[in-house]
Amino acid sequence: MPPQPIWTELQQRRYLKSSAPWRGCTYLLGGALLGAATLVVGLALTAVGAALTLVLIGIPLLTALPLTGIPLAALERRRMLLVDPTPAPTPHRTPEAPGIPAWCRLRLREQATWRELAYAVLFALVLWPLDLLVLACTVAFPVLLVAAPAHLAAAGGPGNDIRPAKLWLVDAYPAACATALLGLVLLLLLAHPLGAYSAARAAFARLLLAPRDAELAAGLAEVTRSRARLVDAFEAERRRIERDLHDGAQQRLVALTMSLGLARLDADPDSPLARQLAAAHDEAGRVLTELRELIRGIHPQVLADYGLSAAIEDVADRCALPVETAGVRLPRLPETVESAGYFAVREALANVGKHSGATRVHLTAAHTEGRLRIVVRDDGRGGADPARGTGLTGLADRLAVLDGTLAVTSPPGGPTILSVEIPCEAETEAEAEMEAGA
Amino acid sequence: MLLREGLIGVLGRFGHETVAAVGDADALRDAVSAYEPDIVVTDVRMPPGFQDEGLRAAVALRAERPRLPVLVLSQYVQRSYAAELLDTGDGTGVGYLLKDRVGQVEQFVEGLVSVAEGGTVVDPEVVRQLLRRRRDPLEKLTPREREVLALVAEGKSNAAVAGELVVSEAAVGKHIGNILGKLDLPPADGTHRRVLAVLAYLRG
Repeated sequence: MPPQPIWTELQQRRYLKSSAPWRGCTYLLGGALLGAATLVVGLALTAVGAALTLVLIGIPLLTALPLTGIPLAALERRRMLLVDPTPAPTPHRTPEAPGIPAWCRLRLREQATWRELAYAVLFALVLWPLDLLVLACTVAFPVLLVAAPAHLAAAGGPGNDIRPAKLWLVDAYPAACATALLGLVLLLLLAHPLGAYSAARAAFARLLLAPRDAELAAGLAEVTRSRARLVDAFEAERRRIERDLHDGAQQRLVALTMSLGLARLDADPDSPLARQLAAAHDEAGRVLTELRELIRGIHPQVLADYGLSAAIEDVADRCALPVETAGVRLPRLPETVESAGYFAVREALANVGKHSGATRVHLTAAHTEGRLRIVVRDDGRGGADPARGTGLTGLADRLAVLDGTLAVTSPPGGPTILSVEIPCEAETEAEAEMEAGA
Repeated sequence: MLLREGLIGVLGRFGHETVAAVGDADALRDAVSAYEPDIVVTDVRMPPGFQDEGLRAAVALRAERPRLPVLVLSQYVQRSYAAELLDTGDGTGVGYLLKDRVGQVEQFVEGLVSVAEGGTVVDPEVVRQLLRRRRDPLEKLTPREREVLALVAEGKSNAAVAGELVVSEAAVGKHIGNILGKLDLPPADGTHRRVLAVLAYLRG
């Protein structure tokens, strides 16, 4: 059984048999030693800094003094796990730029740094003596009583006077054994206050050293931002690849087919050369067609030129099944939203074509109340499982970066309804009848 | 660049003269003013942005000079591009072709000449997409009539359609009459008027 928080153990009958009293004792002992060390180091640093201020080197040293709470706090966060194994992550953020100056600037601005410093000061001046005092009362004192017989033996046996814990005179084994028994009872009785104090002590440390809600949220926001940056980078890369293929390979291939076409004109129509030229010409044409489809799959130019409405119509045109779109009229939306919406529609229609057995697809897309909503509904056999296959999961991940959602309902027997929602603001007013064919 | 050189070569091979070859939309506008060419051929994408500057330039040119024939080449077929082009001028003297088609040099030059003479040439791929879209009303047509419709929409004359389908010209005329009737289109004379009517129907 993994260790429970001491506070939980305290409320159970088997507290004395559990590891909790031992852990509490270790925690306080460590606190007393570490606190004493902190006091010495802190005083030394302050003294050196103050002395060197006269020659100016001390000023940066004193400025760095608030940061000394940070390593101590890191150590304390690990130590408090002895009392309560609930993880205590660091409240600090990762600096955006490398290097010590950036790190220092960020740390000095963070509230957590100053809480940690406050803890360090309290620790060095108040908490460790308190830890030591509690240890002395609840552990050292009863242990001294328990040790009375051994103490007496060490002092030369009966007839010699000893004073266990400086309290009373003991000069015979019966009295020494009675003292030891008293010590044992006290040790067991005081184990509860010991546990309670260490639990309270660790809770106080946690209060100052663990991240606050706002700091956790800031960390989460940072993760979301970095994911968004990643998606943007992918998007930019796709566009670059598309452009490179379009401006490079495709142009060359078109030029090649032209040369082959001209060569065919010059060749004697019945010669073997003409036949080979014709084969080469056709092959080049097929490569060109394949390349065109490949480029379209990477990043459709129509998305950049005309926006999501036209791009959706375009995918619908290409779908093997009839797609009723009822005319999509969307304003221009942020690039990442348009791209995510486009790939969502493409994935949805591809799935319908592959798995559903549907004969018709109905697609609606609208931008209302600051949300883009796309719904794809088919009349297929249903039973689609979003967990199966990477297409829909990838889509959900992509949408999650934009705070969007993907919902699929697909009861056996159909219909399957896939809906996508992305919060976003329009960049232009909804277009008028832009495309007569829509 | 490469493509431009190739195109000049192809046109020269068929006895057409290229009066100017330019690299961006501004230069295109200046060249049109300077040379008053019989036809402008442009790519949809052009420097500096490589978005749809070429198409924008073509549409702008047509707005200024509705009689200027323009042939636009596109990396891939996009109905929106075709629609925007056909809406310039009265839709005559316009061409929209997939860039791949220039490899079929003879057909390409044929199309180019047709546009220069005021015809309308739309890539078969566009027509295929449009046909796929307007499924319901087209169900009234027989398979043969649908074939004829596709060819008509591409700007083929009755004789050319007859040649392609290996039937007599009279039969083609009859099919076209039936198609126009079934789709409630006004009977039109002249190849490009008919093409426009069919395209307008398919787009609407």
